[in-house]
Amino acid sequence: MNVDTTYLIIKSLMVLTIFGITLLIATYLTYFERKVAAFLQDRLGPDRAGPFGILQPLADAGKMFFKEDFIPQNSAKSLFILGPGIAMFTALLTGSIIPWGPQITLFGETFDFQIADINVGILFIVGVVSIGVYGIMIGGWASNNKYSLFGAIRASSQMISYELAMGLSIIAIVMMTGSLSLKDIVAQQHGMNWNVFYQPLGFIIFLISALAECNRAPFDLAECESELIGGYHTEYSSMKLGFFLFAEYINMFISCALISSLYFGGYNYPFMDMVSDPTVQGLIGTAVLFGKIFFFIFLFMWIRWTLPRFRYDQLMHLGWKMLIPLALANMLATGAVILFNQ
Amino acid sequence: MSPTIFLTLAIIAVVSAMFVVFAKNPVHSVLSLIVTFFSIAGLYLLMNAQFLFVVQIIVYAGAIMVLFLFVLMLLNLSADTEPQKSNRFRVIASASAGLLSLVFSAGMVIDATMGDRNVANIQEIGLVKHLGKVLFTDYLVPFEISSILFLAGMVGAVLLGKRTPKESKS
Repeated sequence: MNVDTTYLIIKSLMVLTIFGITLLIATYLTYFERKVAAFLQDRLGPDRAGPFGILQPLADAGKMFFKEDFIPQNSAKSLFILGPGIAMFTALLTGSIIPWGPQITLFGETFDFQIADINVGILFIVGVVSIGVYGIMIGGWASNNKYSLFGAIRASSQMISYELAMGLSIIAIVMMTGSLSLKDIVAQQHGMNWNVFYQPLGFIIFLISALAECNRAPFDLAECESELIGGYHTEYSSMKLGFFLFAEYINMFISCALISSLYFGGYNYPFMDMVSDPTVQGLIGTAVLFGKIFFFIFLFMWIRWTLPRFRYDQLMHLGWKMLIPLALANMLATGAVILFNQ
Repeated sequence: MSPTIFLTLAIIAVVSAMFVVFAKNPVHSVLSLIVTFFSIAGLYLLMNAQFLFVVQIIVYAGAIMVLFLFVLMLLNLSADTEPQKSNRFRVIASASAGLLSLVFSAGMVIDATMGDRNVANIQEIGLVKHLGKVLFTDYLVPFEISSILFLAGMVGAVLLGKRTPKESKS
């Protein structure tokens, strides 16, 4: 019983830590996004609140909270409130199975830097991604507004289309690793043995699908201002709108963590065996993982402020006629190579 | 612990399934069907069938129900535009549903009398590794037949979705 209690306490602390870190990072991603946009457009960006505008996210959050919380008269009220909640919930759920660092021993206890190592880990992620669209769909429908409905419908068809390519590119990784557990997949990329060197095509497909699943530009047709006003969150205000926007940033953070774990070795780094102390090695590993995550977040923002938005038929064409056949070919080639090497 | 969880999930499943039938708004029906699927997925997890749990969520809750919701939102049915079925349809539908439940309960009774198979690895039977092995050895023929069925379904869907040259001109 004693062991169980410490286990529970450690896990609860870990849940709280990762929850807190995720929220903190998502908050500061809004600041980061503006600064990156400013940098790419040769501007200064926010610089009024605090030194270098570092308090800008807090000011934004305060503004969000104090805005009028408006619920349209003819909306489906309960679903209107449920929508942003689901979006936030599913965004936060995936962080629980990402291995944030290797196993380390402290004070005679072994810690896993992972909340839950479920043996169908990767499928769990696909499952959470596939229910993630409900928040947008329910919110968009419940608003009782044509633009919101259009946004919701666009979001759902886009998500379904790109989920397939994403799943197919993951299958190639699973075939190489022989395990569905994220912990095993990351552990196998020890040192510089990263999956991206074996699966370059799979990585590109996954990256594009992740961009589309996060509803990030150039795939942000669900909230495309020039056609749909605000898309699915046209009718939302105050912190409900904040939840939708926040969920998007959390999704971005988690997808970047996933890309780093699946293709760029997670907490592994070259010459990691030269660090003799396993605890120090583990802590450096976690720092390295966050470095990779921030690189990919920067890449996401770079793409957003560089590429124009797709047209809707182009989006569907890219998803169904380019990415899925490519992912299938990638999967077949991986299978053939594995069979040949046996 | 386990019986309590089972009862909670079962009650949620049954209540939300009833709500599917009684809800006036089709979108509400679909949403409660999603809740039903989630609670059934939870039941799979209780039986240690993690793979089935995840597949249930990905396929049913994640893909099929999204498509349902998608179509319903496009149609935007309301009580007055919804086509009403005649009484004859209702009788036929209830009779076939009753027959289906009869088949299911008969299957359950037969299964119970046959006793446990593979008691040794019943704890691990739901894991992907064992499921894959069983599917590709003992149940290879049914597995292949069902994949051919899927393929036929896919070809049919593509054929239906494809516009014929004649139509696209008009």
